[in-house]
Amino acid sequence: MIQLTDIRKTFNPGTINEKLALDGVSLTMKEGDFVTVIGGNGAGKSTMLNAIAGTWPVDDGSIVIDGINVTGLSEYKRAKYLGRVFQDPMTGTAASMGIDENLALAARRGRMRGLGWGIHKKEREEYRKLLAELNLGLEDRMTSKVGLLSGGQRQALTLLMATLQKPKVLLLDEHTAALDPKTAKTVLETTQQIVSEHQLTTMMVTHNMRDAIHYGNRIIMMNEGRIILDISGVEKKNLTIEDLLHKFEEVSGEEFTNDQAILSK
Amino acid sequence: MDITALISALPGNVAQGLIWGIMALGVFLTFKILDFADLTVDGSLATGGAVTVMLILSGWSAPAALVAAFAAGILAGLATGLLHTLLGIPDILSGILLQLALYSINLNIMGGAANMALPVSQYQLLVSLRYIVPTIMVVAGIVIVLISVMYWYFGTEQGSAIRATGTNPAMSRAQGINIDLMKVIALALSNGMVAFSGGLLSQYQGFSDINMGRGAIVIGLAAVIIGEVIGNALFGKRMNFIIRLLFVVFGAILYYIAIGVVLWLRMPTNNLKMFTAIIVALFLAVPHLKDKANNSFAKAGRRGESIHDSAN
Repeated sequence: MIQLTDIRKTFNPGTINEKLALDGVSLTMKEGDFVTVIGGNGAGKSTMLNAIAGTWPVDDGSIVIDGINVTGLSEYKRAKYLGRVFQDPMTGTAASMGIDENLALAARRGRMRGLGWGIHKKEREEYRKLLAELNLGLEDRMTSKVGLLSGGQRQALTLLMATLQKPKVLLLDEHTAALDPKTAKTVLETTQQIVSEHQLTTMMVTHNMRDAIHYGNRIIMMNEGRIILDISGVEKKNLTIEDLLHKFEEVSGEEFTNDQAILSK
Repeated sequence: MDITALISALPGNVAQGLIWGIMALGVFLTFKILDFADLTVDGSLATGGAVTVMLILSGWSAPAALVAAFAAGILAGLATGLLHTLLGIPDILSGILLQLALYSINLNIMGGAANMALPVSQYQLLVSLRYIVPTIMVVAGIVIVLISVMYWYFGTEQGSAIRATGTNPAMSRAQGINIDLMKVIALALSNGMVAFSGGLLSQYQGFSDINMGRGAIVIGLAAVIIGEVIGNALFGKRMNFIIRLLFVVFGAILYYIAIGVVLWLRMPTNNLKMFTAIIVALFLAVPHLKDKANNSFAKAGRRGESIHDSAN
């Protein structure tokens, strides 16, 4: 479904700020895989997601989504294969446009945008139903500007937008990190529900080890731009945070240094 | 100071305001919808005037010349858009470069002359300051059509994509919108409208001038901002898109009425540009000062003091 082969990326090459962000990342995900990605700060988690999304071109390697080589496609051209939710709730939606208008924009992802109506009456009814399923009362505020919504509501809406047109891969980049614990849990539950309902191939970056173990069928750990652990199936189900920390030290030969991840037991 | 002089000047101010209102709608498109401070307009307004006058002088009909002016403006906006998107030049600088280039281009269009007369007595013109009431009716009609078209366009898929690009480029790319293309389209349309307005203006005043666009961006911004402040005061949350557009034109009319009052007060015309700058600064400051009045350290300090005093 998605195949990364030996992806490399160096930021600011040739300067004092040179940073090798991805050092030969290879990963194959099957259709319906739900992979959680953990690692310390600067390990390359978000960078890997951005490489897939095409935020910038990679230096080396290939990215194939559903048999299509997208390595040379710009961000907006790849968008038709991808659903994305970002860490910052402000990033995923257009604040000065209505809830319905945001959904309509997402429904047209990857299509020519011509002079047909930006939103149809029929769509509105469909959106009302989908919004009602989120249980946030948004179905009664369809024309409200998204800028008036809370962070959690925005993330739930962005999630709905990302999956309105079934994406080949759903990319979640620490999408609950900016939310309070209770809201984060709600959004994660919604995520789980939408992913399993549509059988979406999903990659979720998280700082929270417990969430990383609880959700998905496969977990990968990154360090210094490489995938250093890849656990799936039964072994993943029985993982504990201690196991993960132990394995990290074993593989990398250093201590796991991310208080946020360790303390979030 | 004869009040009748002021009143008799009023229709002329309204006519001028309406013509500049079309220009202000173009500025609204880039400045408010696309969030792009486009300074091309100072040049493209004069381009519209130059093209219109030269074509009418060479035998074109006034409406056909206006269509050509619109097309010339589209080319100017296209050039600014390509400098910005293809060559990565910052938005303000792209506009300034075009503005400068257009000065030479406009001179060439006018055959090297700094201004060109278009006597209404010899040519069939659409608008003229000699016939103010018909002018107002014609331009008001054009404004209504233009606002209707803009209202429709920004409800379409493409128009929505332009709005999204102006609000959140990162989100727009993630939704598969080619934001570079959207910027170029919006800049082209905006400058087309500005040049069209320049074409009407040259007919209205009976000549085109190489300097007729100087400071146009500030007048456009004045109209947009005056319209917004007054519209918000009158309609508040009920301001919808069509009311916003109407108030942009209304802002331009108010601006020219204000200029009429200033002239009536016999303020030297040399100070007009300074006066414009002051008006724009005032209206830009209103939202900020209003917010500050409700939410200031001085106020908090006074409240804190009274609590501190009563506690002791």
